[in-house]
Formats: sequence, C-alpha cells, structure tokens
Amino acid sequence: MTAHAHAAHLETSTGLDNRKVAIWTFIGSECMFFATLISNYLVNKGKSLVGPFPHEPWTSPAGQHFEPIFEIPLVTLGTALLLFSSLFVVLALSGAQRGSRKALIGWLGATIACGVFFAGMQVYEFTHFVHRGLGFTTNLFGSSFYTLTGFHGTHVAIGVLWLATLWVDALRGKLPPAKSLNLEMAALYWHFVDVVWIIIFPVVYLIQ
Amino acid sequence: MDVHATGTAQTGHSHPTAGLYFKVGLVLFVLTALEVGLYEITYGGRAGSFAPSIKPLFVPMMLMLSAAKFALVAMFYMHLKQDHKLFSGVFVFPLIIAAFVIVALMALQAYHFAFARSG
Repeated sequence: MTAHAHAAHLETSTGLDNRKVAIWTFIGSECMFFATLISNYLVNKGKSLVGPFPHEPWTSPAGQHFEPIFEIPLVTLGTALLLFSSLFVVLALSGAQRGSRKALIGWLGATIACGVFFAGMQVYEFTHFVHRGLGFTTNLFGSSFYTLTGFHGTHVAIGVLWLATLWVDALRGKLPPAKSLNLEMAALYWHFVDVVWIIIFPVVYLIQ
Repeated sequence: MDVHATGTAQTGHSHPTAGLYFKVGLVLFVLTALEVGLYEITYGGRAGSFAPSIKPLFVPMMLMLSAAKFALVAMFYMHLKQDHKLFSGVFVFPLIIAAFVIVALMALQAYHFAFARSG
C-alpha cells in the first residue's frame, strides 16, 4: 500500500473512500428522483383522452387514423446494448485495476459505443413519435413518457460524456491502477442508468 | 496497493472474475429475451389462443424478471455483494422509499378514481 493510499484510508471515519460513499449517496437520491418520474407515468397510464396511444390504434374525431406508437424491436435492441454496456464497463474496470491498458481502452470504447447507440436510438424514437403525432403536450401519455424517458436519456448522455473523458485519459496513459476509482465511480453511475432502464423497459414498453 | 484494492481490502473481499461477469451478462440477456418473448406471445404478433390465459400472470412475471435483472446488476456489476455493507444500505434504503412512493401514489390515484371522484 502506498503512503498516499494509506493516508486516504485513515482520513475517513468509516475507513471508506469518501468519493465512493458520495457516488453511492448520489445514486440513492437518484433512485427517489426516478421513482417520482415512474410514479408520474404510472398514475397517468391509460388516462389520455386523445391519441396517439402506446399500444392501441386511434382514430381522431376528424377521421385521422393513428397506429400504436411503440416499436418494440428497436427498443429491445437498445435495451440489449445497454445491458451489454454494463458488462463492458465492468470488464474495462477490471482491466484498469489490473493495469491492462489494452483491455481498459477496448472495453471502455465498446461501452461508449453502446451508450452512443442507445442515445441515438432514443433521439430517433422521439423524432419518429413526433412525426407520428405524439408531441410533449399532445396527451398525458406523451407528457409523462417524454419526461421519464427524456430524463433517462439525459442521464445516458451525461454517462457517455463522463466515460468518454476517462477514455481520453486512458488513451493518454493518465488512468493507472492507482486512479481506477475514477472509473469505478463512473461505472457505478453507468450501472445505475442501466438498472433504471431495466425498470422502464417492461413498465413503459411491455406492460399494457 | 491501488485505491480500488484499498477499498476492497477494507471489506476483505475481491471483485468477481471476468468469467463471472460474462455469465451474469448471459443470464441478463436470457432474462431480457424472456421478457420480450412473453410480450410477443401475450400481446405481440405471435399471440395465440393461449394468450388470454397468460394475461393475468403477465404483469407479475414482468416484475419478477426485471427485479431479477436489477438484483443481478446491483450485486455483481455494482459489486454490492462483495463491497462494504454501508454501500448496500445507502442504496437499498432510498430504493425502499422509492418503491413505497410508487405504490403509495398508485394506491392514492386508484382510490381517487374509485371513490373520491364519485363521492
């Protein structure tokens, strides 16, 4: 153990690194934040007076026909990639802790690529929905859906940016094993983004 | 010793191996495939004559599958199974409050629509 690491260990009353306690506390607060958004979606579920609707077709009084809005195959692909990205980031962390720069850069790059694809999928989905008549203020479903998935997508985008800065650090050789906690914190945040989607995917897209 | 290793040394545990990470990843993939498969045979394009008999079980099954995926990621990828118990407490306590908030708001809304509006 280095003198610096030893000192860092002794300086806290819990014996744990303050940064790791902080990220877990932040994640705990984020649980409650997303609980409010999920609650908002669930209490408004099925109460929209006008379409388009997520799972059912709808014809407006003016005779305009709207198909069900969700496209499950595309979202399933995004979900799978987000799950894989969680696997990739733990492998990157393992590489960082072992001092394997090649594993760190490769797996972290794969994680970022999955995150970018997921964010792109969400941008495509939102654009597609707007073109099909579902705006933010169209109905209760639109408002609660865009709020919930939009905040999640924002978290994904922030996670991608955070991981990308660490990837650049790794490329420049500035992420040695002694600094792997920097990646562990970002990885914990990324896993949290993943577990939130694990809830959102069935609750919003699959359960009718 | 690096900072991370210090953290794990405090708990006397080490993080899982890459092999275990891949196994957990495979289980997560299978559980997701099960979710989508169940959706397809209940509401999707492959819904058959047996779909009405599955519908009452659909929501509980979805919730169980997502809870299993959530637990796997939290225990193995977020290392709560190996790390200091304080981290589990800091995560699980707000999670319980969050679950309570969701259930309470849904119950309140159901009550409002069932009784309060008609009264």
